[in-house]
Amino acid sequence: MSTIVRARPPRAFDVDAVRREFPVLARTVHGNPIAYLDNGASSQSPECVIAAVEGYMRRHHANIHRGVHTLSQEATGLYEAARDRLVGFIKAASRHEIVFTRGATESVNLVAQSFARPTLRPDDEILITHLEHHANIVPWQMVAQQTGAKLVVAPIDSRGEVDAQTVEALMSPRTKIFACAHVSNALGTVLPVERLVASARRRGIATLVDGAQAVPHMAVDVGALGCDFYVFSGHKMFAPTGIGVLYGREALLERMPPWQGGGDMILTVSFDGTVYNALPYKFEAGTPNISGAIGLGAAVEFLDSLDLGAAHAHEQALLEHAHAALRSIPGLGFIGTAREKVGLVSFVVDGVHPHDLGTILDRDGIAIRTGHHCAMPVMEFFRVPATARASFAFYNTFDEIDRLAASVERARRLFT
Amino acid sequence: MQLQDLYRDVILDHNRHPRNFGPLPEASASIEGFNPLCGDRLTLRLRLVDDRVDDIRFEGQGCAISTASASLMTEAVKGKTRDEALALFDRVHRLLTDDSAEIDDAKLGKLAALSGVREFPARVKCASLCWHTLASALKSPAPLPGPSVSTE
Ligand SMILES: Cc1ncc(COP(=O)(O)O)c(C=O)c1O
Repeated sequence: MSTIVRARPPRAFDVDAVRREFPVLARTVHGNPIAYLDNGASSQSPECVIAAVEGYMRRHHANIHRGVHTLSQEATGLYEAARDRLVGFIKAASRHEIVFTRGATESVNLVAQSFARPTLRPDDEILITHLEHHANIVPWQMVAQQTGAKLVVAPIDSRGEVDAQTVEALMSPRTKIFACAHVSNALGTVLPVERLVASARRRGIATLVDGAQAVPHMAVDVGALGCDFYVFSGHKMFAPTGIGVLYGREALLERMPPWQGGGDMILTVSFDGTVYNALPYKFEAGTPNISGAIGLGAAVEFLDSLDLGAAHAHEQALLEHAHAALRSIPGLGFIGTAREKVGLVSFVVDGVHPHDLGTILDRDGIAIRTGHHCAMPVMEFFRVPATARASFAFYNTFDEIDRLAASVERARRLFT
Repeated sequence: MQLQDLYRDVILDHNRHPRNFGPLPEASASIEGFNPLCGDRLTLRLRLVDDRVDDIRFEGQGCAISTASASLMTEAVKGKTRDEALALFDRVHRLLTDDSAEIDDAKLGKLAALSGVREFPARVKCASLCWHTLASALKSPAPLPGPSVSTE
């Protein structure tokens, strides 16, 4: 008698169960069930995030860090508990390294102004890549202008990949800062950040990784990654808008001057001088987005409860399915064909402008993003004014992608 | 509001075969329109003779709505005086933005095909870009190269 050794079946991901957690997925748009494929722009929130924000608003709202009364203490407790959740989420070394900001954009600006501006000298170089979101370009251009430093841009190739060796060749003794996306929002490319960060560190270059498009799709360990700064936004990881995170290595944050001045970031103020508060409060001037932070903490808790490996496998299966379903449409071309991608497809269709596509898909209840995706240099590189982009979350289904493909095909027929 | 109201046959036709598309030698004004929201770019060139639009052509990249609107516009204003063209701009602007504006086929002619756009607020700028560009060219006929117009 022989024994058959069966491979273990792949862990199933229960999409239907996950979808029930997201109230918005039950609605219709123009009479069709919504197919929400614009997660790269902003993702939807599960019930527990909505409940956390609502619970705070209903029962605990008060200003934080400044009241002895019960509500203020409760609000402070909830806000700081959210910070602790984020420490675990990206494996930071301590809660001093988690600064709440308005989002990835504000986090990059904070680093540009508070870290880069005082240290950059004329002819120093800031190295970025060609596929960055404007949020990881413009703040560096601004600080370059302020300091006389130069912005150096590492190229991408026709697949939309960033070649590590090419970037390394651009790291010179003048390079002081290297900033790059973990995942491209316009192309879906996953960058070789581990290697790039390690190369930069070896050369004494400070590193910032823009994780806005990475955190919804993969486990991030900033300790293992070794970067100095890591930034992301809550609203792309199932939390509310207006809240995000700057992770910074404690020793660096310690040395940086505050960015904005005001309440909460001080210990004592007199007209002779002011003593700044300890980390992370030094960088959180004014009343912060308390409800947003609490919502973000709840989103992390939700993600912690998922089988992230299975969720990731499901997203990769969606990506494969999307490539197969869209590829058969005549005149459709993919923009961004990197070998390692998250669940995101950017494409153009001959004779159909992305904006018209967006309007037509919307009538079918399908939400995608059309435009330049705040990455105009990427559009220029691929010589397109805009693309259509479908970006997936683990709650998306194969059926939604079939609807996407059918709707794109209908639009093509209308215009050609 | 149905999609067919937006993408009427006239619109589809002018998108597929834009009229007056291409460069215009001996233009008296050239002006760029830019919609930063979608990246649509349009260059409008016109030749005014005795305060009359003697010729007008456009070039650029845009969606069906902006291409068709520009194509229809060039047809509509060719031969018109500056004041007549500006009056038409006002009428089309109302048509695109004012839900209660009457759709007077007699005055609008083929341009009435643009009336579906106002039911799609996200697309109004696509249709109005070329018209704003025209208005600014007519209000201040600038020497080449002209200034830039933005819908923002
Ligand atoms: C890669 C990347 N970086 C930064 C940002 C900016 O994020 P936010 O607008 O939330 O600050 C985005 C948002 O689209 C993004 O995709």
